[in-house]
Amino acid sequence: MGSLLDIAKVRADFPLLDTKVYGKNLVYLDNGATTQKPLSVLAAVEEYYTEYNSNVHRGVHLLSQKATSAYEESRKKVAAYINAAHSYEVIFTKGTTDAINLVASSFGRKYLNAGDSILISAMEHHSNIVPWQMICEERGATLKVIPMDKNGVLQLDLLPSLLDDKVKLVSFTYVSNSLGTINPVKEVIRQAHGKNIPVMIDAAQAIQHIPVDVQALDVDFIAFSGHKIYGPMGIGVLYGKEKWLNAMPPYQGGGDMIKTVTFEKTIYNELPYKFEAGTPDVSGAIGLGAAIDYVNSIGLDAIQIAEHELLSYGLEKLAEIEGIQFIGNAEERSGVISFLLEGIHPYDLGELLDKQGIAIRTGHHCTEPVMHFFGIPGTCRASFAFYNTKEEIDLLVAGIKRAAAILI
Amino acid sequence: MTINQEQDEIIEEFELFSDWMDKYENIIEIGKELPLIDPKYKIPENLIKGCQSNVWLHPEFEDGKIFFTADSDAIITKGLISMMIKVLSGHTPTDIVNAELYFIDTIGLQNHLSPNRSNGLLSMLKQMKMYAAAFQTQESK
Repeated sequence: MGSLLDIAKVRADFPLLDTKVYGKNLVYLDNGATTQKPLSVLAAVEEYYTEYNSNVHRGVHLLSQKATSAYEESRKKVAAYINAAHSYEVIFTKGTTDAINLVASSFGRKYLNAGDSILISAMEHHSNIVPWQMICEERGATLKVIPMDKNGVLQLDLLPSLLDDKVKLVSFTYVSNSLGTINPVKEVIRQAHGKNIPVMIDAAQAIQHIPVDVQALDVDFIAFSGHKIYGPMGIGVLYGKEKWLNAMPPYQGGGDMIKTVTFEKTIYNELPYKFEAGTPDVSGAIGLGAAIDYVNSIGLDAIQIAEHELLSYGLEKLAEIEGIQFIGNAEERSGVISFLLEGIHPYDLGELLDKQGIAIRTGHHCTEPVMHFFGIPGTCRASFAFYNTKEEIDLLVAGIKRAAAILI
Repeated sequence: MTINQEQDEIIEEFELFSDWMDKYENIIEIGKELPLIDPKYKIPENLIKGCQSNVWLHPEFEDGKIFFTADSDAIITKGLISMMIKVLSGHTPTDIVNAELYFIDTIGLQNHLSPNRSNGLLSMLKQMKMYAAAFQTQESK
């Protein structure tokens, strides 16, 4: 199928893509780490600071009202994008990590007790491991892991036995940042809910690629970062079902999250403010709203088609390189291709690609357990966004060949 | 040669290359001259762990001078540490402690010494200076 995108027009929306590094045209294939920002996002942030910068939720003056309504408008845009039943189920956070820490801390303090466990998967980012380890340690609970096979696919046949009555929550990733695997989230949620266990999804690598409908999934919590979906850095989202968010204690105390405060007792504010202590990242939220508008204007379906083509083309062209080994061979995949070249340290390859203007990521991608599983120091990872082109993939392949000639 | 003469020699050598890939080819070549660490010293205590590539470093103190041997799992890192050793090895602890390494900057590799750099080069330089400081104290006793 042909692409539905006018690629030249799309690329013109992202001024940074036109940059030169070391005198070469930038080939930006590190979109899994962060995406570039379209002009409309930059304009929305600038407009906020130049025309109505003001604190939200507390001023009677016009600018504060304007800022508040723009901030709340962004919350509605996020809610619509993920099809949340209520916009107050959308909590603005600093990012995915912050959102997971919020749930680990608040849910954990309320529901996790000695002898209980949290179930994660073998392909989690450190941000979906460490917060759970911390709360498990604090509560005397244990962390259990759904294993994966050598293709980087979760072993779902083991799930029923792992979902015992000690498991208080399942938290796992929708799309693996180091392997590209798309996990069968619906099936995991179905099985967990069959045993009345809530599920949290790390959607950091999914939200920009795949339609996420929280009601259709019936998921209890999802977390994602604005900067991976063309929005600013420092803003992220926690979606939580109303019943959980109401039942959980606040994460942090401070301004905005309270109704009344006396030295004897504080009455907490209602959702979503209960979980947004202190002045929030107003410009970030407004930028994220603009990013969602942008994605909607392109169309997530058109984005999916373009990215699927890039991924297939990338896999096909990279496979032609002698000595290449793909890490992660799931059939259902998205966004990233992880690979190694025989006899070459990923750091060396990344360094020489960089000098040719090609930005990829090398290392363990904050998934050390995945690297231990495969017995490797790290991988090279090329990750795509819809604004990438097949020509850029050709440059990557040529760049790898040139680097390999020097390194072997 | 003094430490600075060693540095100037490297700078002069790199003036031949304007293209980055050529520079890196040269770095990799220099890596082949690295005095390799004896495998028996490749122990956790001698490991400088970078986020992406690892470095093993071992000092020997002989006739008032320090001689370093090292290795890395990445060959570009190997080239970088080889240059550091070329410059600092075979000098007195005092010279090493007082050395100012300007060659990295001059040949355009300063980004390798930024604190969050993944290859452990900055940690290696700190470690070399720490060894030198330790031998210096030992000598003055």
